[in-house]
Amino acid sequence: MQFMLLFSRQGKLRLQKWYVPLSDKEKKKITRELVQTVLARKPKMCSFLEWRDLKIVYKRYASLYFCCAIEDQDNELITLEIIHRYVELLDKYFGSVCELDIIFNFEKAYFILDEFLLGGEAQETSKKNVLKAIEQADLLQEDAETPRSVLEEIGLT
Amino acid sequence: MSVDDSSHFLASLRLRMPAPIRLRELIRTIRTARTQAEEREMIQKECAAIRSSFREEDNTYRCRNVAKLLYMHMLGYPAHFGQLECLKLIASQKFTDKRIGYLGAMLLLDERQDVHLLMTNCIKNDLNHSTQYVQGLALCTLGCMGSSEMCRDLAGEVEKLLKTSNSYLRKKAALCAVHVIRKVPELMEMFLPATKNLLSEKNHGVLHTSVVLLTEMCERSPDMLAHFRKLVPQLVRILKNLIMSGYSPEHDVSGISDPFLQVRILRLLRILGKSDDDSSEAMNDILAQVATNTETSKNVGNAILYETVLTIMDIKSESGLRVLAINILGRFLLNNDKNIRYVALTSLLKTVQTDHNAVQRHRSTIVDCLKDLDVSIKRRAMELSFALVNGNNIRGMMKELLYFLDSCDPEFKADCASGVFLAAEKYAPSKRWHIDTIMRVLTTAGSYVRDDSVPNLIQLITNSVEMHAYTVQRLYKALLDDISQQPLVQVASWCIGEYGDLLVSGQCEEEEPIQVTEDEVLDVLEGLLVSNLSTPVTRGYSLTAIMKLSTRFSSVNRIKKVVSIYGSSIDVELQQRAVEYNALFKKYDHMRPALLERMPIMEKSATNGPTEIVQTNGETEPSVVEPKHPPLVTQPANQANDLLVLLGGNDVPVIQTTMPTKPASAGGELLELLGDLSLSGGPAPAPAPSVPTSQPSFLLDGLSSQPLFNDIATAAIPPMTAYNKNGLKIDFTFERANPNPNIAVITIHASNSTEADMTDFVFQAAVPKTFQLQLLSPSSNVVPALNQGTVTQVIRVLNPQKQQLRMRIKLTYTLKGSPVQDLAEVNNFPPQSWQ
Repeated sequence: MQFMLLFSRQGKLRLQKWYVPLSDKEKKKITRELVQTVLARKPKMCSFLEWRDLKIVYKRYASLYFCCAIEDQDNELITLEIIHRYVELLDKYFGSVCELDIIFNFEKAYFILDEFLLGGEAQETSKKNVLKAIEQADLLQEDAETPRSVLEEIGLT
Repeated sequence: MSVDDSSHFLASLRLRMPAPIRLRELIRTIRTARTQAEEREMIQKECAAIRSSFREEDNTYRCRNVAKLLYMHMLGYPAHFGQLECLKLIASQKFTDKRIGYLGAMLLLDERQDVHLLMTNCIKNDLNHSTQYVQGLALCTLGCMGSSEMCRDLAGEVEKLLKTSNSYLRKKAALCAVHVIRKVPELMEMFLPATKNLLSEKNHGVLHTSVVLLTEMCERSPDMLAHFRKLVPQLVRILKNLIMSGYSPEHDVSGISDPFLQVRILRLLRILGKSDDDSSEAMNDILAQVATNTETSKNVGNAILYETVLTIMDIKSESGLRVLAINILGRFLLNNDKNIRYVALTSLLKTVQTDHNAVQRHRSTIVDCLKDLDVSIKRRAMELSFALVNGNNIRGMMKELLYFLDSCDPEFKADCASGVFLAAEKYAPSKRWHIDTIMRVLTTAGSYVRDDSVPNLIQLITNSVEMHAYTVQRLYKALLDDISQQPLVQVASWCIGEYGDLLVSGQCEEEEPIQVTEDEVLDVLEGLLVSNLSTPVTRGYSLTAIMKLSTRFSSVNRIKKVVSIYGSSIDVELQQRAVEYNALFKKYDHMRPALLERMPIMEKSATNGPTEIVQTNGETEPSVVEPKHPPLVTQPANQANDLLVLLGGNDVPVIQTTMPTKPASAGGELLELLGDLSLSGGPAPAPAPSVPTSQPSFLLDGLSSQPLFNDIATAAIPPMTAYNKNGLKIDFTFERANPNPNIAVITIHASNSTEADMTDFVFQAAVPKTFQLQLLSPSSNVVPALNQGTVTQVIRVLNPQKQQLRMRIKLTYTLKGSPVQDLAEVNNFPPQSWQ
């Protein structure tokens, strides 16, 4: 996978994960064009399209479009499953996920994605294991944030 | 001030400044903005606050600030001033800081900026951290955006982690290794030892990522591929277990056990089994098993079947398995899910070459897909349909394709029209059918037809002598209906100019002849001249047509009048023509009949454009040069000059070597044609052939040597060796082209007996003036060493005067890095080849 984009029906970007090195300008251009292309598709059309020299696989879940760019040798149908798995993970984590969850907790959406995919490939095929890892990491984060005393806060002790 | 005092002071400062607002708070605030301007204002204010916070080196809130910055970055605002802060977060000891820091690095840092290298040391430390989640963060970041320098520095650490027993880390290390190999392929070797027992893992995550790693290595190195072939039995076993094992809740997707792993294993098997009989045999059974047992009701099952089909088609599978695969694709075509249909069409397109007959069986389903609503499916179906057209199904297929042409979107029309022309040319069951088909295309999609098809069509019509009357009648009727489609108008004008006499004499046999007078015909042609719809090129065609009719019609005065009017046309092209025609009337009237007489049958000119030859049949998009297929060698025009030089003497060669595309305007070609017929041998156009050069719009032109052989009777002309020097041997074999016995078709066979391949091989030939020569595209430009194969190329020689055939040839190639060039004369042609 070269990149994954999540965007709303109004074309607002909610998540962008790039697995190829591109300049900020290039990323913006690609995003703009691709979002336009996908949003122009009619609902009855198939989930795959050719764009530049890439294959684009996209699927809409409620108000969010999940859009992946894969290479020629990659299997489009399994990519749909990858997208679906990611949505399931988000759903389990947030409990009936909706777009607002991803807006307000975007960093968590990234963390979950990074436990599922690495370098564009799936690193873990068990839903349970991905969620367990996130859970543990979240706990680590909480432990680290032990309450500081007021004096500590103002640097007096 | 003492140290205590200063920290007091700073602390009090901090008390006075409010804590930076929380991330969620910011998000909420920004979302309340009603206009873009309002949002921008909020963002700017917050950015300013964040900037001053960064300046103060505030450790407490750095994490929060960077997170906010990342949010604003996603909205599209600049965030580069946060890059260094990300690095500081990564260096922090707090897990939260690291989490956000690494995320920020992946989003904001860019391998083109040196700043990213500062991460390397932190990542190195974190790869050895005591907490696996920190190690995980480091591996993830490295595997996602590590630059080549970073990969070089850290490959050793990754390799170490690849051997750990901690499966959480091992799986991440495997994918990180994949990234390292992609960035720095030379490092691949160092990961080899660690791969030894990767596949013995039970953990699916490790298995999956290991298969990905092995795939990457095999794809990049033939040595690795050979080395890993021994894993085939193990892979087969793992796949078998996945299929046979009972329900495993952890990896189950709609009743299928770990489809992701299954697909990856199938893909690796594909690579390992390709071109290897033993491996292919070892996987035959499991492939058959997967193909027959996988549940097809959901997408996930079909995903596995899809991968299986791809694998079956690519390895050396037995024919039964291949038929099974094609049938799966056939079933896919009938699936309600359009994604499945799309995937089926794509795969069939890939296999249509090798398993043509099997794909033919699904032809009707494919043709039905032409009516699909989805654009991508329609395009695929169109390409595939063209690939499936053959002599047997041409009538039926063409009916469907013409119907498609009528109703399809404009974006398809050009390609479809080209495809129809090509197919018609190759498989037309009769001349009448051919002309009817062309007419249909011109009338329904006339404006989308490529400009260069006009000369091709004209040539086709010329050569169908018995159909002239019918053709001109139909074209005339079409013009009466509609003069907006330029290619149609151009062809029609040309035909009326040529065969106008047949039109008014009502000689048509094929259908009811129409009654039309000379004046009516001239009305139509003059109408074209004045119409706003006509392009300058079209006007040129009609003026010339009117002129030609001066020798075929009796109303010469009217024609003279028209011609003289255009002598003062603003359009320079028209003016020139009119002036010249006027001159014909006035000073050269005695030459006019001869000049304007009926065109002779034109030979099909050199099919050029080797740069646009693409391997797959049926991809009718000639203007797109496939980047994946390196262009075959084109012979630039100046090489024609070289031959001119080398032949010298009395022989002025009329060469038709493969020339690069030149966008000749149709009007220009006609002028050339007229010029060439000039008996006074006046200014002949620069070494232009006396036939219009067909433009390389049809991809399959290069392959048209195939249909040529359909109607060539293999006459018993003995073959000969034309050249044999320095290990390069060139044999000529002969055939006579029916129906024209004046054309000898020579196939050269170049073979190479030296130890090294001859690359960039180019064969050129020149013949004496009275001959005409056409050189078609060669099969390849590499002559393999040690006679392992030959390069073939077809030469057609027109020898109307039946003179003794002589030829000068020039050979260029590269052998062991140095270029070689040689010239030779070929005189030992067997008498049968030219008598």
